[in-house]
Amino acid sequence: MSFDRSTFVLGVRDGAPMLVGAIPFGLITGVSAVSVGLDPVAVVYMSATVFAGAAQIAAISLVGTGAAMWVVLLTTVMINLRHVMYSASLAPWLGRYTVGERLAMAFVLIDQTYALSILRYPKEGTAFSRRDYILGIGATTWLVWVGATAVGALLGAQVPAAWQLDFAIPLLFLALLVPALRSRPTLLAALTGGSTALALAGLPFNLGLVLAALTGIAAGALAESWQTRSEA
Amino acid sequence: MTTADTLLLFSLMALVTLAQRASFIVLGDRVTMPPLLRRALAYVPAAVLAAIVTPALFRESGVGVGPVDVRLLAGLVAALVAWRTKSIIATFATGMVALWTLTYLVG
Repeated sequence: MSFDRSTFVLGVRDGAPMLVGAIPFGLITGVSAVSVGLDPVAVVYMSATVFAGAAQIAAISLVGTGAAMWVVLLTTVMINLRHVMYSASLAPWLGRYTVGERLAMAFVLIDQTYALSILRYPKEGTAFSRRDYILGIGATTWLVWVGATAVGALLGAQVPAAWQLDFAIPLLFLALLVPALRSRPTLLAALTGGSTALALAGLPFNLGLVLAALTGIAAGALAESWQTRSEA
Repeated sequence: MTTADTLLLFSLMALVTLAQRASFIVLGDRVTMPPLLRRALAYVPAAVLAAIVTPALFRESGVGVGPVDVRLLAGLVAALVAWRTKSIIATFATGMVALWTLTYLVG
């Protein structure tokens, strides 16, 4: 299918307001990576290839505390599990594209592109280029994300350690976590995960993080089934 | 970790992330997700983020107000701002300023 420039531009325009969040997030990612001793070039490489803010920040903090590689990868998988849900949700809309095109769309499947696309597709006809819309949002966000990380990494290298910019990592996670606590099962998942992680913080390779996440997820899912049963 | 190790790690992260995003989009209707997994997925962000953030907030900086570390106090202030504003920038700015102010006053 040929490239539909106006639909691509529509994606760019719809995605623009989301950049307000991506710029500070990218800056902080760059700054905190340098604060734990990572090379600025490596950080920019990570932003350009991984393109997943929360997973990147988690990896940065884990690398900073000397975690094993497999723990970092397992954490990446867990933090990105929501993308599997996005993938399942968007798949029925993208069946007409080639595998190469689908991979390109998957590469830019982040929170912002998912939210905008899943709201837009049902409103448009079959002639609408779903591919160029999502790629328009994705390309813009990617460019800004990589640029912001690079600026953050360069700035971070100039900042003295007394500023304690490594504290940006827990702050950023708080900013993502707190607004997500919208239901009691979610709150329980967070409280269980957080307290288990604290209790197991002494385990080697940051293994406590993996166990705590699994415990928290189980607590949330169990609470949901109890809640559903008592309402039924 | 050496620079080569770091680059290898980031490359693997990129592959894993792409595989997850591509899963259903590329495989299409050939796979379905079990309901239990779908339910569990909804709790992943809260559980993982809390598991990362809690030990980080309790990590001691050595400067405390009484027995309470300034990092924990600044984190609590930031959590309150995150809850009220839902803004990354506001949470980050308040948390850092709280940390600097407390460190300056106590340290």
